[in-house]
Amino acid sequence: MNIHQSAVPILIVAAPLVASFILPVLGWWKRAAAFPVALVALTFSFGVAIVAAREVLTNGPLQYFLGGWAPPWGIEFRIDHLGALMLLLLSFITLLVAIYSKRSISRELPEREVPFYSVYLLLVAGLMGMVATADMFNLYVFLEITSLTSYALVSIGGGAAVVSAFRYVILGTVGAAFYLLSVGYLYSVTGSLNMADLSRILPALYQSNAVLVAFAFFVIGMSIKMALFPMHAWLPGAYSNAPSAVSAVIAATTTKVAMYALVRVLFFVFEPRFSVEVIPVTTLLSWMGAVAMVLGSVMAIVQSDLKRMLAYSSVAQIGYSVLGVGLATTMGLTGALLHLINHAVIKCCLFLAAGAIFYKTGLREIRQLRKLSIKMPWTSAAFSVAAFSMIGVPPLGGFFSKLYLMLGAIDEGQWVFVGAILFSSTLALSYFVNVIRYMYFPSPNPDADAAVPVSVGGRPEENTASALSMTDPSRDEAPATMLGPMLILVGVTILLGWFNGDIVSRFLSPAILTSFGR
Amino acid sequence: MIAEQQSIIVKTLCRLLVPFIQMFGLYVIMHGHSSPGGGFQGGVILASSFILLAIGFGLETVKQRFSIAAVTVFTSTGVLLYAVTGIVCLLLGANYLDYGILPVANPRSIGMLVIEVSVGITVMAAFVSIFHDLITFE
Amino acid sequence: MTEFVIGHFNIITYIVLMMIGFYAMTGKTNLVKKLVGMNIFQWSIILFVVSLGAKRGATIPILLDDANHDRNPEVVLDAMQYVNPLPHVLMLTAIVVGVATTGVALALLLRIYSQYGTLEEDELLETIRSAGNPSAPSR
Repeated sequence: MNIHQSAVPILIVAAPLVASFILPVLGWWKRAAAFPVALVALTFSFGVAIVAAREVLTNGPLQYFLGGWAPPWGIEFRIDHLGALMLLLLSFITLLVAIYSKRSISRELPEREVPFYSVYLLLVAGLMGMVATADMFNLYVFLEITSLTSYALVSIGGGAAVVSAFRYVILGTVGAAFYLLSVGYLYSVTGSLNMADLSRILPALYQSNAVLVAFAFFVIGMSIKMALFPMHAWLPGAYSNAPSAVSAVIAATTTKVAMYALVRVLFFVFEPRFSVEVIPVTTLLSWMGAVAMVLGSVMAIVQSDLKRMLAYSSVAQIGYSVLGVGLATTMGLTGALLHLINHAVIKCCLFLAAGAIFYKTGLREIRQLRKLSIKMPWTSAAFSVAAFSMIGVPPLGGFFSKLYLMLGAIDEGQWVFVGAILFSSTLALSYFVNVIRYMYFPSPNPDADAAVPVSVGGRPEENTASALSMTDPSRDEAPATMLGPMLILVGVTILLGWFNGDIVSRFLSPAILTSFGR
Repeated sequence: MIAEQQSIIVKTLCRLLVPFIQMFGLYVIMHGHSSPGGGFQGGVILASSFILLAIGFGLETVKQRFSIAAVTVFTSTGVLLYAVTGIVCLLLGANYLDYGILPVANPRSIGMLVIEVSVGITVMAAFVSIFHDLITFE
Repeated sequence: MTEFVIGHFNIITYIVLMMIGFYAMTGKTNLVKKLVGMNIFQWSIILFVVSLGAKRGATIPILLDDANHDRNPEVVLDAMQYVNPLPHVLMLTAIVVGVATTGVALALLLRIYSQYGTLEEDELLETIRSAGNPSAPSR
């Protein structure tokens, strides 16, 4: 597999970045121009991601030297098979959420579209850069761009979101600072920052204390960023209090790229045997993943607020992927990466549905969603199909990633993990079916539910008028720009189930084999 | 909101110091390649001159000279200048930000200078904007 | 023991500063003090990585001229004479990131104060929970 030069990596990062800085000037002159420019930039990114995927599949990994300087003196951008898949996923999801956000942002954040879209494009640029780069310190820069913009986006709604955003700032900065420390330690013993160069130099230094410390700090820092239990404390508040479009996009992207960075360093910079033999962090990761799976699902069952339940469900799903990483076999890693992709698509769809419900009815409590299927049939259907995919019902996408994880655990003889996966899936069945039951088959006792105090996110004084609308069962479906992305994502999760073999064999296996085949 | 200071000593001193601070800021930007300094440091010094003026004379005086619209435009201009330099190098055939291809004498030095100036402009405008937003928040 | 302390002075300093910052982040209830703790935490790490580039008797990484103000290759390209500039440059970026994070956090604190009237974390959580919002960040 040969590597060849291509301008694609820089285009995919530069386009949203330039558009993000054109927007304030354009928006000052004419506010309605913000959304079209953002849409054009995101569509361009998605197109470049498709071109990148096709080039990688036909020719092999792409490479780009920034400034013309060859590594290890210069910064290198590299897109291999796994990177191409992640770029496709991220650009697609951010494009769909941007289309969705037109209506929901005009309702939740009136007159603040220009800063919203400008910061949103900067988030997209940071995400693309994190996937495309092959330089450790450049990864830190893009990680911080992603983090800072997500802090700003979470807090942009006001109300309780600001306190959650502050907690997110403190914890996220600790995680990024730990990553910086690990890069400093690695640089001090190897003298290089390029990932390919490090993978060449490091095997001789595996017993050095500095490398072990760097590795430990890296794993802790990335675990904070991807909300691995017990470092997940920022996630429920941030996901549930943020505006709807923001919840969807950061739930689907920021934790996923942090896990992608973990996989990159664990399996591509360091050899897999380092994580297993020299410092047995994979055992620790797999146990923390198993605990996250079970405890996240248990916490999700007791939640009464829909978005908070989805946030705890995210904690559990991240546990699945980390369990796969912790198994450190080809099958386990394939399951982890496939589950990453499935979870991003499904969780985005679920949060979009929750946002559409909030947009139309102003409700957030699960118990108040009685007979929602009559009022918003398409939204309820999209939520249900996505929920079934998350539980792991074949032939939807979620089933296959859990199958890979279970096969990986069985291969290793880890029956506790198999039990944890099955138990957690049963719990997921419980809390999702609870919501679906209220939407389709509510209990025949409406008085018990009417006694629940109406509580909506954001400023309590804004939504009292629309909160009574649940008594009005006439059909009032979400608008097309909000419904379209939801239904497209449902279609994608069905396709991910249908084509999972292709995805594994064409994208994931070549990337994983370059790591395990050394 | 910061009101204008009443003491004439403070006002005169602020007014005397600001040009020197700005000159020093420009010096730090321009000489970033051969002495400690560069785009970010020079930009912060330039911003501090505006903040000193705001503390001495009140925020309204500064807004008359450097309005919020201009601050927004300057923030974007710096970054876009940076991006355009890179894209010009891309269009001329070399890699992004590969200054060696620019058709001037000492292309790498001139390219670095343009980059530092653009960073300085953006940082200055960003810090003035942050100061303004933090002060006028109610 | 003294040799160990003097030899590893930069590591001991940064660990002490990092722990002070960590204590401030977790042990204090005022949000501004938490922010200051986060700042100390970040700055200690930056200090450590900058200290990695220090070298005794080395000069700044600007190309030297010899006595005739020419660029004599043997004089100029002796890399042992120069301080390693890469840690400084990388940490410059990290400092900018730290400043931006502080700016975002300060804006959030202003908003919290204008909305809730307090910056103490326990009072804040009480106010949010008693306002009936179940989505308050839990303890």
